[in-house]
Amino acid sequence: MTEVTAVEARNAVKAFGQGEASVRALDDVSIKINKGEFFTLLGPSGCGKTTLLRLIAGFEMPTSGTILLEGADITYLPPNKRPVNTVFQSYALFPHLTVAQNIGFGLEMQGRPRAEVKATVDRMLALVKLEPMANRKTSQLSGGQQQRVALARALAPAPKVLLLDEPLSALDLKLRKEMQIELKRLQMETGITFVFVTHDQEEALTMSDRIGVMSAGKLQQIGTPREIYTKPVNRFVASFIGETNFLPARRDGDALRLGEGHLIELPAGVPEGRAVTVTVRPEQVRLVDASEAGAIPATVQSLVYFGTDTHCHMALADGTEVVARLQSSATGEAALAQGQKVAFRFAAGAVQVLED
Amino acid sequence: MAERGFSVARLPGFSTIAIVVFVALYLPIITLVVYSFNAGQSVAVWEGFSLKWYVDAWANDAVKSATLRSLGIALCASIIATAAATMAALGTTRRKAFKGQTFIYVMINQPLMVPEIVTAVALLIFFASIKVATGYQGLGYLIIAHSAFCIPFAYLPIRARLEGMDLSLETAAADLYASSWQTFRRVTLPLLAPGIMAGAMLAFVISLDDVVITEFVKSGGQDTLPTYMLGQMRRALTPEVNAISSVLLALTVLLLTAFFLLTRKND
Repeated sequence: MTEVTAVEARNAVKAFGQGEASVRALDDVSIKINKGEFFTLLGPSGCGKTTLLRLIAGFEMPTSGTILLEGADITYLPPNKRPVNTVFQSYALFPHLTVAQNIGFGLEMQGRPRAEVKATVDRMLALVKLEPMANRKTSQLSGGQQQRVALARALAPAPKVLLLDEPLSALDLKLRKEMQIELKRLQMETGITFVFVTHDQEEALTMSDRIGVMSAGKLQQIGTPREIYTKPVNRFVASFIGETNFLPARRDGDALRLGEGHLIELPAGVPEGRAVTVTVRPEQVRLVDASEAGAIPATVQSLVYFGTDTHCHMALADGTEVVARLQSSATGEAALAQGQKVAFRFAAGAVQVLED
Repeated sequence: MAERGFSVARLPGFSTIAIVVFVALYLPIITLVVYSFNAGQSVAVWEGFSLKWYVDAWANDAVKSATLRSLGIALCASIIATAAATMAALGTTRRKAFKGQTFIYVMINQPLMVPEIVTAVALLIFFASIKVATGYQGLGYLIIAHSAFCIPFAYLPIRARLEGMDLSLETAAADLYASSWQTFRRVTLPLLAPGIMAGAMLAFVISLDDVVITEFVKSGGQDTLPTYMLGQMRRALTPEVNAISSVLLALTVLLLTAFFLLTRKND
């Protein structure tokens, strides 16, 4: 199946301020988001993800670069002329209108016939399960219900792309989990392209078809949640998503030498002689018997209990720290103690070489 | 309640001062209202309860025409001032910050600062030359004068409302295909309506109550209620003036109560 591009940014730059004091919120970002996919822009606050969203929505114009919607240049089109709708972080529901009037607002502004507006509003109310609330004022709704009105309002005009600006950040944890599932369901049912902005890596991993990780106004990596998690391209991506170990290493013939010590299996793409940083997720570190081939000896520094698992912080002979995540079981790691001599191995293929 | 560190209520003499101030503020008004029900001619000696002065005032054609003139001027002036103030408030809040913005604020609010007597004299001289040039002697001068000094009173609540409004609502309207005009008509204006109403009421009360500027600007036979009362008091002081004042007071209290209800923070 060939992918059709729904929305594309080409070399988008957005600078705020003038001259010396100017800050590049978005620094030459190019990205293609496919039709019908759930795409997440993930990054810490100030990374430029919301700026990119606002360029797509038309609330801001780029300093340079182009925004395309299904191949058409929309860079300078005002927001009311773009078939793109937004779910705002604050929801921005109209307080003087009822739930049904809020949902019908976009359709009415498009000049759709009254009967069609009503039919669509009813369908949207059913989609977000708010039929009994149709004639309430939005201020009478709970946070989760307001969230669903905001979604229905943005989905009602059947936009080509739905933009979601951290829509779950105001909800408590339990509601957030429910809404994650709800959002995914809505996206599947409507088939609309979702561009979701968040700083929450778990949200990004659980909902997205693909993730674009951003930092300092640049796209760091684009890939499926699995690719982003298992094959991070650089130190930022590896550390922002999940927990990980960073280890200095150097190629030594057909093996990789960790620090000044042990040889491990050589991953692809390591040039001879140059120092690199490798990363290994803690759950890929296995405690093994010291006599096993390739086992690396270490000393237990500390143990942190998390319920489902325990983090075992270990130090190598040269002082490098490695964290192993051990599944909690009835016995096993409970026998470990601080200062104990242990040995570990990395799971096959778990070692990733980082670009920088 | 947690300890607050400093409470003005605990300073010595706080209650005494508060009572003295309230008495000074309200005792004269209470006296005025009480004597409007006096059966006798005096505004100082109580001779029994009667509605005589209200009946007299109601039957007095001069009072009637002055009242209608006052209400007419206040209505016209508050509408004109509110329209101008709404535009000024939109112009000073719904655009990018510009050079000279503070200067514009001062310009709009200047009638609050300039002594009223100065404005009155200025208008007297200015209108006198226009009257000579055009021959027009009508109520238009009073309406223009009242509109002018009512603008800042209407402007303040409207601007406060606009500044308190969540701008993302207007962004959301634009996102949902509303043009600039539709956004204003369907989102900004309905949300601004309580501010506009509040501004209009304040302007109405301010116009209704004006003496100084009206006294200078009015032509012969153009007495408003306050200037009529002033004129009456120069001749003979009867409780009729108390009765008229009491009605005016009731009207003002009604409008100001509505004003406070409208400007309360809940939507």
